[in-house]
Amino acid sequence: MATLLEAKGVSKQFGGLTAVDTLDYSLETQSINSIIGPNGAGKTTFFNVVTGFYKPTTGTVVFDGNEISGMRPNRLTSIGIARTFQTIRLFNNLSAIENVLIGMHHRLKAGWLGSILKPKWVVAEETKAHEEALGLLEYVGLKGYGEVFAKSLPYGLQRRLEIARALATQPKLLLLDEPTAGMNPNETQDMVIFIRRLRDERGLTILLIEHDMQVVMNISDKVTVLDYGQKIAEGLPGEIQRDERVIEAYLGRRALEVLKHV
Amino acid sequence: MQSLAKSWSRLPWRLRGIIILVLIVLVPLGTYPVEQATNFGLLTQINRALIFVVLALGLNIVVGFAGLLDLGYAAFFAIGAYAFGILTWPTHQIEMSFFLAIWLCAGVASVFGILIGTPTLRLRGDYLAIVTLAFGEIVPTVVRNLKGLTNGSQGMVPLGKPNFGFIESALKLEPGQLVVQVNPNFWYYVIILLAALVLFASLRLDKSRLGRAWKAIREDETAADFMGVNPIRTKLLAFAIGASFSGLAGAVFASMLGFISPDQFRFQTSIFLLIIVVLSGLGSVWGVLIGGLIISTFDGVFLAQVLPQLFPKIDIQSLRWVFFGTGLIVIMIFRPQGLFPRREIAKTVDVEKLPPDVQAASTKGGD
Repeated sequence: MATLLEAKGVSKQFGGLTAVDTLDYSLETQSINSIIGPNGAGKTTFFNVVTGFYKPTTGTVVFDGNEISGMRPNRLTSIGIARTFQTIRLFNNLSAIENVLIGMHHRLKAGWLGSILKPKWVVAEETKAHEEALGLLEYVGLKGYGEVFAKSLPYGLQRRLEIARALATQPKLLLLDEPTAGMNPNETQDMVIFIRRLRDERGLTILLIEHDMQVVMNISDKVTVLDYGQKIAEGLPGEIQRDERVIEAYLGRRALEVLKHV
Repeated sequence: MQSLAKSWSRLPWRLRGIIILVLIVLVPLGTYPVEQATNFGLLTQINRALIFVVLALGLNIVVGFAGLLDLGYAAFFAIGAYAFGILTWPTHQIEMSFFLAIWLCAGVASVFGILIGTPTLRLRGDYLAIVTLAFGEIVPTVVRNLKGLTNGSQGMVPLGKPNFGFIESALKLEPGQLVVQVNPNFWYYVIILLAALVLFASLRLDKSRLGRAWKAIREDETAADFMGVNPIRTKLLAFAIGASFSGLAGAVFASMLGFISPDQFRFQTSIFLLIIVVLSGLGSVWGVLIGGLIISTFDGVFLAQVLPQLFPKIDIQSLRWVFFGTGLIVIMIFRPQGLFPRREIAKTVDVEKLPPDVQAASTKGGD
């Protein structure tokens, strides 16, 4: 399989703190990948480097054949990287469909003059975009909620709307920052099924940060463990579960010794 | 009253449009008897109010749509007016045609919008407000000191008026027969056309790709950036388009008064416009139109003329800001969305009626 994303020697420092430390990371096309690690391990910082929010202090990131380190987020969105947020960040006072339409912004062409004069091609473009947005809302299970303000939607639906908005950018790579946070077991199970569908039906490559180990082990083609900004383990879910360094990082050295004696 | 509203909404929209159009055209006839009976100069005040509506609609794009707090918006009004002054003041010997100059003034103002925006739009919230506040103070000061170009604090007079020489020659009339420029009726029609143009542009922008991008920036600039909206470019466009409305209004205002001086474009003008937008409802185009008309006419007729006549012993003008300040506080407490907010499209979600799988996903309370 082809490599979609390749990070080489990526570091990100904030003053004296090294949040991500010479990390090498690569992603295969059409796979589901998880990054796990204790709090402060540098997972979200790495997300922010990949999506262009931070410029890496050292190292390079290559996406789909292009060097992307230092590109702005909106530029990266237009070449195929989309994300959701750990805490939901929808455009609260816009309707659900408008939220999705924002995701299409970079693909639509109407400028200020086109917006005012509204020639035929702009009307056609808007009609097509609305149809596509309705389709996406239906795909994530929000059919009939296009006109509802994002802030009025219940929590579970807001999560789905965030994914619909990210899908509207037509990404190749989708980054999900704790997609099941705050969900009950049933909702979590739905989300797992949904993420698999995204890979299988839409051919997406997915990178997720997740704390729910059951989700991680259930869904991932590859799991990467970070601790203090460094990669301490990487492999199939089964391999990671047995890895001593991982157990130590999560539970401490004593726990490892206890586990060995059991 | 209710049956009247009902039969009104039953009329076909074409007919309703024609009725509104006829009413707008007939406004000067309606104000004529009032002007005969009183000395308020009602139509002149309506003209002034309409200019403020145009300005407020421009400010609504910057503050209401894009969420950029601009406290120096009157600077673009001044730039438009002075650009018109420089282009048409006889002493400069350019004396450009009114019909050409007003568009050029809109262009000049939007160029200044971009020039000011480029370094400052990286700032957010309060910092942007402070920088624009300073800009609003700098422009009149520069105007006062560039004596060669602007005649300093003495102001420029006379300024260019629309010239209908081309119509006169086409209709084979005597030159000078169509001198209607000082007539408030004439200016009413010029300004109503201008207001219609700006209103049309505002309504179209509101429901366009660009309007959505502005609102996304207002709601969450970082998230908008991640969704593919270029924040700097989008905010610059808001500044430039808002400034061009203001420049256009400035040019027409200058021509109507025939006189401009730096004192007309002080901080108070920026604040007055901001009050119109906030009181009417941030981001609501129709709201700003109606609110702007009411507030400006209230200011120009009631506060400036009616009250001083009723209470000749009290200096009402010095209390003018007390009225607006109190109004603002009352509105913020009882109706923070403004007097005429955007129509709420939000239905609250009835969880019971959702399909079962979605219902399961909705049980968590939002935070």
